[in-house]
Amino acid sequence: MVTSYFDEMYGSGGTVRSPYAMVAEWLGTQRIADLKSKHDEAEALFRRTGITFSVYNDNASAERLIPFDIVPRIISASEWRQLSAGIEQRVRALNAFMYDIYHRQEILKAGRIPAELIVQNEAFVPEMIGVEPPLGIYSHIIGIDIVRTSENEFLVLEDNTRTPSGVSYMLENRETMMHMFPDLFSRNRVAPVENYPINLLRTLESVAPRGLDREPVIAVLTPGIHNSAYFEHAFLADEMGVEIVEGRDLVVRDGALHMQTTLGLRQVDVLYRRIDDDFLDPLVFRKDSMLGVPGVMDVYRSGRTTIVNAPGAGIADDKAIYSYIPEIIEFYTGRAPILKNVPTHNCRRSDDLAYVLENLEKLVVKEVHGSGGYGMLVGPAASAAEIEAFRLKLTARPSNYIAQPTLALSTCPTLVDAGLAPRHLDLRPFVLIGDQVRLVPGGLTRVALRQGSLVVNSSQGGGTKDTWVLQD
Amino acid sequence: MLGRTANDLFWLSRYVERAENMARLLEVGYRIVLLPREGQGFHEEWRSTLESTGCAQSYERKFGQINTRDVVDFLLFDPDNPSSIYSCLSAARRNARAQRTAMTRDMWECLNSSWLEFSAIKPESVTSNALPGLLDWIRGRSALFRGTMLNTILRNDTYYFSQLGTFLERADNTARILDVKYYVLLPSSEVVGGGVDNFQWGAILRSVSAHRSYRWVYKENYKPWRIAEYLILNKQMPRSLGYSYFEVATALEDLGDYYHHRQACQATAANTVSLLESGDINAIFQSGLHEFLQDFIARNNRLGAEIADTYHFSG
Repeated sequence: MVTSYFDEMYGSGGTVRSPYAMVAEWLGTQRIADLKSKHDEAEALFRRTGITFSVYNDNASAERLIPFDIVPRIISASEWRQLSAGIEQRVRALNAFMYDIYHRQEILKAGRIPAELIVQNEAFVPEMIGVEPPLGIYSHIIGIDIVRTSENEFLVLEDNTRTPSGVSYMLENRETMMHMFPDLFSRNRVAPVENYPINLLRTLESVAPRGLDREPVIAVLTPGIHNSAYFEHAFLADEMGVEIVEGRDLVVRDGALHMQTTLGLRQVDVLYRRIDDDFLDPLVFRKDSMLGVPGVMDVYRSGRTTIVNAPGAGIADDKAIYSYIPEIIEFYTGRAPILKNVPTHNCRRSDDLAYVLENLEKLVVKEVHGSGGYGMLVGPAASAAEIEAFRLKLTARPSNYIAQPTLALSTCPTLVDAGLAPRHLDLRPFVLIGDQVRLVPGGLTRVALRQGSLVVNSSQGGGTKDTWVLQD
Repeated sequence: MLGRTANDLFWLSRYVERAENMARLLEVGYRIVLLPREGQGFHEEWRSTLESTGCAQSYERKFGQINTRDVVDFLLFDPDNPSSIYSCLSAARRNARAQRTAMTRDMWECLNSSWLEFSAIKPESVTSNALPGLLDWIRGRSALFRGTMLNTILRNDTYYFSQLGTFLERADNTARILDVKYYVLLPSSEVVGGGVDNFQWGAILRSVSAHRSYRWVYKENYKPWRIAEYLILNKQMPRSLGYSYFEVATALEDLGDYYHHRQACQATAANTVSLLESGDINAIFQSGLHEFLQDFIARNNRLGAEIADTYHFSG
């Protein structure tokens, strides 16, 4: 099979790449009908376990599954070494950047980033200026979206420094694959991912307020069962053995954060929040928020409770900041980035804007603050009318957009109606930053199930695959 | 444990117990309707079923007339009826979802599968012939959930609050069944007599799955005061008030020990336990079975409220 894209299994030439040797051989012996029934079995398993999203009521049909593909995505040990070195370098730099931005702002003084990009940014939280988070860390859990475009090229598409989600799928996909295809695991040396929850717990413990004379009390804050990621919130709390709380379970009393237990109030030391900054504290952010806790920001600023990830951590994953990340890495680590960015045009710059307007049909244009694959233009896939409509939006507010070349995202064989066919994918490893950087080998592989589609987001019909990192 | 978690676990158990109880009452009601009888006797039967489940008024408002198909749909599938099996399973599953961390994966999967299967049933597909099978299935799923819980849950506050929900609900259900039918148990009653009586007595026992065990315990034909004694006082009978309160009091004692904190609700429960232990069925009949049951139901409600208050169910 020869494609114009780099295929994870067949490379560019059509011969099976060595990490996939065993899986390719196994696939060759399977009948498509059998694979499809295995696929149905996997989905039934997901449904029974309740690994669903997008729930607005108790009607089962309103709970959807993220489609799961049974062909694993495989990364070799040496590829992973390169990726993990690049990821570690990147997340250390991102945290150093945030510390700097909320303190002396050396990088702005040095003129490496335009100051207005920070101070006028909605993701910049002035209330965080001068706050000293434990260990100086702002973003403790980061999901980095990586795409592969050739044998040797991995590019970072996006950093998620606020409340990245999807790690439960990484873990459940592995559980499901091991349950259904134990043979494959006995014949391949697949690095385990199951340490993630304990690593997360250690990370949260390591950033507890200083000088506690007891084991830190940790809680996961969820918006509630109707949130699309609720399964993940409950899953992580359960795996860590900590309470899952909603805003209504929490109260600030005597300058400390408490949860309301069967025995009355109990102090919370580390809050792993899975709600956005805007909703965290109605006294500081959105006044109409029912999800947060009035006064929690004061507690945080006084150092009596650690909020993870810190408020204001979104400044590091803003799309307008993204194009400066290579400079950020050099500025704080003194070294060139190990992992490259995708070349990005900032439409706020007039020469970039002119280029983008000239080349809309070739580019992917994204909103600076958008996420989930909404509000973006994929030039090569768009109609002339769609391009013209987007051109009007772009010229009206150029600083709201960035543009990138349409990437030749790698493909991997995927089970579709017609059998096995190549589909585009990306990779989101989850990295934990506390007293040390912890990275389980793997991540969430998202796959665009529609033929030719380059959009892997689950909200846009993307699915997931188990991600294998092989050991030497 | 969060107060909200305790509340959700308590109610989750109540809803599962209530659904099972509803299935049993429907089964009994359906048997009686099948009985060859003159006139509109089945109306009475369905009316007492609606009353013992607390659904009589809401049914009346919605349908007016009693009609077997409407009653069955109302009690099984109607989302507008908060006590329908549909509503109970939906609420149980919602609570379970909110408290996944407090329950084992096995418990969650059992409840989730039950809900997914039940909510996929089309009410019109449940014909008279299919109904007994469905009711069996519901009882089976409830039993599976309880069994899974007993075999997998940690013996800590999650277990104690679940037990409290189950047995407060069970005591309430048994008391209501008896209270709605108390007149058929009164020895002096003139409305009853002969074979229908025997059948009614059997129905009461069936509605708590006790028609076989009664014979093992009493070795004689149905006698109304024996039936009352069996369901109120006899601690061998797992759905009796006496047994339910033994479990309620035990769970509260365990909770007090677990938290190292004695609470007033332990004494409240112990009070009811001694009332039942020292109780004499003749005395109960003399001072009024209906009055006794009404008093019990009120006590049971008060204890539920006291527990909710003591353990901060609503923060």
